[in-house]
Amino acid sequence: MGSGFSRRRLLGVGGGLAAMAVAGCGSNTGRDTGSGGSSSGSKPALAQWYHQYGEAGTQQAVQRYAKEYPDATVTVQWSPGDYDKKTAAALLTDNGPDVFEYGNGPSIDMIKGGQVVDLSDLLDDTTKADFTPSLMARMTYQDKLYAIPQVTDMQLLVYRKSLLEQAGVQPPQTVDELLAAAKKLTTDKVKGLFVGNDGGVGILGGPALWSAGLDYLTEDNQFGFDDPAAVESLRKLRELFTSKTLLLGAPTDWSDPSAFTQGLTAMQFTGLWTFPAIQKALPDDFGVLPWPKLNASTGKPSVPVGAYGSTVSAKSKNVDAAKKFVKWLWVDQADKQLDFAQSYGFHIPARKSLAEKADKLKSGPAADAVKFVNENGHAQTPILWSPKSGTAYSDALNRIIKSGSDPATEIKAVKAVVEAELKRITG
Amino acid sequence: MSQVTARLRGRYDRNLWFAIFVGPFVLGLLVFVYIPIVWSVVLSFFDAHNTVTPTKFVGLGNYLDMLRDAAFRSSLITFVVFAAFIVPTTFVLSLGLALLVNRARFAKTFFRSVFFLPTASSYVVAALIWKLSIFNGVRFGLANTVLGWFAIEPVAWLSVTQPPWYWLVIVSARMWLQAGFYMILFLAGLQRISPSLYEAAAIDGATGWRVLRYITLPQLRATSTAVLLLLLINAFQAFDEFYNLLSSAGGYPPYARPPLVYLYYAALGQGQDFGHGSAGAVILTLLIAIVALAQGRIVGLGRRDD
Repeated sequence: MGSGFSRRRLLGVGGGLAAMAVAGCGSNTGRDTGSGGSSSGSKPALAQWYHQYGEAGTQQAVQRYAKEYPDATVTVQWSPGDYDKKTAAALLTDNGPDVFEYGNGPSIDMIKGGQVVDLSDLLDDTTKADFTPSLMARMTYQDKLYAIPQVTDMQLLVYRKSLLEQAGVQPPQTVDELLAAAKKLTTDKVKGLFVGNDGGVGILGGPALWSAGLDYLTEDNQFGFDDPAAVESLRKLRELFTSKTLLLGAPTDWSDPSAFTQGLTAMQFTGLWTFPAIQKALPDDFGVLPWPKLNASTGKPSVPVGAYGSTVSAKSKNVDAAKKFVKWLWVDQADKQLDFAQSYGFHIPARKSLAEKADKLKSGPAADAVKFVNENGHAQTPILWSPKSGTAYSDALNRIIKSGSDPATEIKAVKAVVEAELKRITG
Repeated sequence: MSQVTARLRGRYDRNLWFAIFVGPFVLGLLVFVYIPIVWSVVLSFFDAHNTVTPTKFVGLGNYLDMLRDAAFRSSLITFVVFAAFIVPTTFVLSLGLALLVNRARFAKTFFRSVFFLPTASSYVVAALIWKLSIFNGVRFGLANTVLGWFAIEPVAWLSVTQPPWYWLVIVSARMWLQAGFYMILFLAGLQRISPSLYEAAAIDGATGWRVLRYITLPQLRATSTAVLLLLLINAFQAFDEFYNLLSSAGGYPPYARPPLVYLYYAALGQGQDFGHGSAGAVILTLLIAIVALAQGRIVGLGRRDD
C-alpha cells in the first residue's frame, strides 16, 4: 500500500497546483497587501505602475520617491514589454494599479468608461498655468483634468552642421527648402533626411497638418483637415518619399540616434531623448529645427509634444489616498520632478518654473528645443482622436506616401471614419 | 446513502480516479478555452469599449460594422491570397527537399539536420534577422550588398509598396522557418514506402517522373493530407513574422495585414474595442471552419479507408 499512498499524495499535490494555477493567475498586482508588514499597519497600500524607462537609474529613482512618501505604502511595479496593453487589460479587473502613468494621459474611452478619476481639484489656478498648456489641454476632457503630466518629451529635426556647410545649404525654413536641402545633402554614402523607415507615416502625420496651418480637429472638435493645404502638404511627403533622398530601411528607426550618429543621414526627425547620444558622438556638430512650415505664405513651424501623465484608477480601493499621492509626487515635490526629468534621461520638466531651473536646458540645441515646445508645441494628437481615427489616418498616410494615392480622396475617407468616431464619443 | 456513494465511485473507485486524473485538465480547458470563447461570442453582441462586462446590447451591429469595414475586408483578402500562395509553395518546397535528402548518397543525417534546424528558431528572432540584417534598406544589408555586385541601387525592402518587395521578405522568412519541419514529415512518409514497389516499377521499366507520379505521390497521400492541413492552419495563424517585420511605433501599414494583426490592434491595442474585436474573431472562425470543411471534403481527411 506504500506505493498507493505516495501516488495519492502526489495527485493531491498535483491537483492542488492545478487548482491554484486556475484560480490564482494574475493576482500579483505589485501591491503590498499589508498583511505582512507590521509597520505599515494603518497606512493604505497603493500600487503604482510605470512603463520601463530605458535610462539607467530611473527605476531606482521612482522607487525612492515612493518610499519617501509618508502617508501610504506605495509599491512600484516596473513593466517591461507592452505597457499600454498590459495596463488597459489590468484596468478591467480588480487587480489593476491604483496610480499609473499613461502616454498623453488616459484614452478617451478610459475616461468615458469611468475607469479613471477626475483630478481637477489637485491643482489650483496658478499651478495649472505653470504646466505646459498643450499638455494640459490634452489631458483634459469637458473641463475635467484626468492626469498630471510627469515630464515633457518632444520630437524635432536635427541636422549635421558640418555636412550642411560642405553642401552650402542653409537650415531649411520651409518644406520646399527641406526637400531641396535633402537633395543637395544626398551622396552615394549619405542620405539627406531620415523620418523613419516608413517614410514618415508614423511621425509626420501631425507636423504635416500643423505646418499647413491646420490641425487634426478644429477648436470645436470637428474634422480639421479637409482642406487644399493639407492635400498640398501630404503630397510633399509623397514627393519626399520618391525623391531618393530619404533614408529608408535603416537598421534602427527614427527614435534611435544611430542612423544620424553613424553618418547614414545628414538630417533626422527624432526625439529630444537622443540628445545625450548625439552630443557624445558629434559634439557641437548638430543643430535643431522644428518641422518647417509648408511655404512662405502658409502655416507655421511645429513640433509634437507628448508626456506620460500620472492617473488614478477608479477601481482603486483608496482613491483619495491615491490622489493625495499623485499631488504629493507630481505637484508638490518640485525637486523630485526636476530630478526625474534631468538626472536619468533627457526630458523637459512638465512645468515652466522647473524648466527654467534645469541646467542642461540653458544653452545650445537643448535651449532651442525648449523654445520650440513653448512656441511651436502641439500635443501629439487631440484627446478625441481615438485609436480608430488614428488607424484610419495612418492607413491613409501609408497609401499616400508609399503608393501615391490621391491625398484628397484619402482625406475624405479618413473624414468619414473620424466623424463616426466623434459621434460615438460625444454623441 | 452509502450505497449511492459507492455506486458513484464505481468499481475499484474507477469513477473517482477518473475524476482525479481528468478533472484538473477539464477545469483548465473550461477556464482557459471554453469560457473565453463563449464570452467572446457574448461580447460580440455588445458595445464593449474598455470593458468585458458590457451592458449596452447592439445585436448584430458589430458584425455589420466589421463587414462594412473596408480595412477588415481587405485583411481577409490578404490572408486568403497569402494562404493560396504559401500553402502550395511550402508544400512543393518541402517535398522537393525531402526527395533530395532521401536520395542523398552521403551526409544524409547532416542535410536532414541542417534543413530541420530553422524549425527550432523563434519566429520573432528570425523576423528580426530578416528585417535588420538580410533585408534592411541601406547599402550594407546582405540583400543590397548582393545587388551592389551587379551595380543595382539598394532597395528599401520593407518600406516600399511599388513593387511590393515586402512579400519577398515575409514569404522567404516563413519558408525558411517551416520547410524543414514538413520535410521531416515527408521523409518519414518516404521511408515507409516499401522498396519492393520501386523494384517492381524498375522491372516494368518505369523511371524518373513516372515513379514519382505513380508510386511515390500516391503512397505519400496520408502524409500529404496531414501536411496540407497543418500548412493551412499555420497560414490562418499568420501573425508573428508579419507583426515583427512590418509593425513600427506608428502602427501597422494597411497592406499585408492579416486579420489577426488587424483585430489585435482593434481589440487589444489602445483601441480596447472588445465588441468589434470579438465580432471580427467570430467571422474569422466561421471562415476558417468553412475552408477546413471544404478542404476535408476535397482531400478526404478522416475518410475511413485512409
